[in-house]
Amino acid sequence: MNYSCSRMNKEQLFDWINMISFAAGETNLYLDTHPYDEEALKFYNECVEMRKNAISEYSSRYEPLTLDLAGGSENQWKWVMSPWPWEKEGC
Amino acid sequence: MWNYEKRLQYPVNIKNPNPKLAQVIISQFGGPDGELAASMRYLSQRYAMPYREVMGTLTDIGTEELAHLEMIGTIVHQLTRNLSPDEIVASGFDKYYVDHTTGLWPQAAGGIPFNACEFQSKGDPITDLVEDLAAEQKARSTYDNILRLVHDNEVADPIRFLREREIVHFQRFGEALRLVQDKLDSKNFYAFNPAFDWDTKSSSGCRCQKS
Repeated sequence: MNYSCSRMNKEQLFDWINMISFAAGETNLYLDTHPYDEEALKFYNECVEMRKNAISEYSSRYEPLTLDLAGGSENQWKWVMSPWPWEKEGC
Repeated sequence: MWNYEKRLQYPVNIKNPNPKLAQVIISQFGGPDGELAASMRYLSQRYAMPYREVMGTLTDIGTEELAHLEMIGTIVHQLTRNLSPDEIVASGFDKYYVDHTTGLWPQAAGGIPFNACEFQSKGDPITDLVEDLAAEQKARSTYDNILRLVHDNEVADPIRFLREREIVHFQRFGEALRLVQDKLDSKNFYAFNPAFDWDTKSSSGCRCQKS
C-alpha cells in the first residue's frame, strides 16, 4: 500500500487519517488475541507508518491533532486555536 | 497513561437539532449499557486479569470506549444546539434542561444518574469476560432500539458505526474467553479462580491445592 498524502486537501487528509487510524485500531484489537499472527503484525506496521505520516502532515499544514505536534516554531499555542471535535461541523 | 487525539473516531456532523432524540441517545452516554459504563467496566477489570492478551484486550477496548463516549457526547451536543425555550418545552427536554441547561451529564434516557452498579468487576476472569460479552450485546440492542427511532441519516450514520463496534468487541471478548479457558482445567473450568487461587510465585501452582 502506498498513499501520498501530500496531494490531498484538508478534508481528504482528515478522512484518510480517520480511515488509516481505524485500520490500525482494528488490527491492534485483533493482535491482542492473536499476538503471533505475522501477517497481521506486518499490516499493523504499515498502517502505523501511514498514520504517523498523515497526522504529522495534517498537523504541520493545518492544526495539531496531538499535543506532541502542538508546539512548533510559531508564537502562539495552536492547540486551542482550532475547533474541538464536538464543535467542528454542522453549525 | 493516556494521550488525547483531537479528532473523533468516526465523524459526527449533525445540522438539524432534535432534542427529543437527544434524550434517547444520552442513554449511551451514562445509561446502564452506555459507553461510560463500558469503558469503566473494562478499565477496572484489567488489574485482576491474569493473562497478558486479555489485559491488553481490556485496556485497548476500554480506551476505544472513551472515544465512543466522546462521539455520543458530540451527537447529544449537536442535537441540542440553538434551542429556543419553546422548542425545549415542546420536545420534553425541559426536565433535563432545568438541571443541566444543554450541558452533558451522564444519565439514562429515563433520567436515572450514572452509577457504578451498572457494571461489575468481579476479579474472576470467566465471570468478568462473560459480563463483557453480555455488555457488548446489550449495547448492540440499545443501538438497534435507537436506530428504529432515528430518521436523520446524519444521526444514524455514526450510530451504525458504534453498533458495529459492539459486534467486533463481542468477537474479541469471545476470543479472550477462549484464551482463558485454554489455560484452565478442561475437565472443570471452575476448579479454581486463576485471578485469585493461582499462586504465580509458587512452583506448586494452584494455591487452592496446597496443604
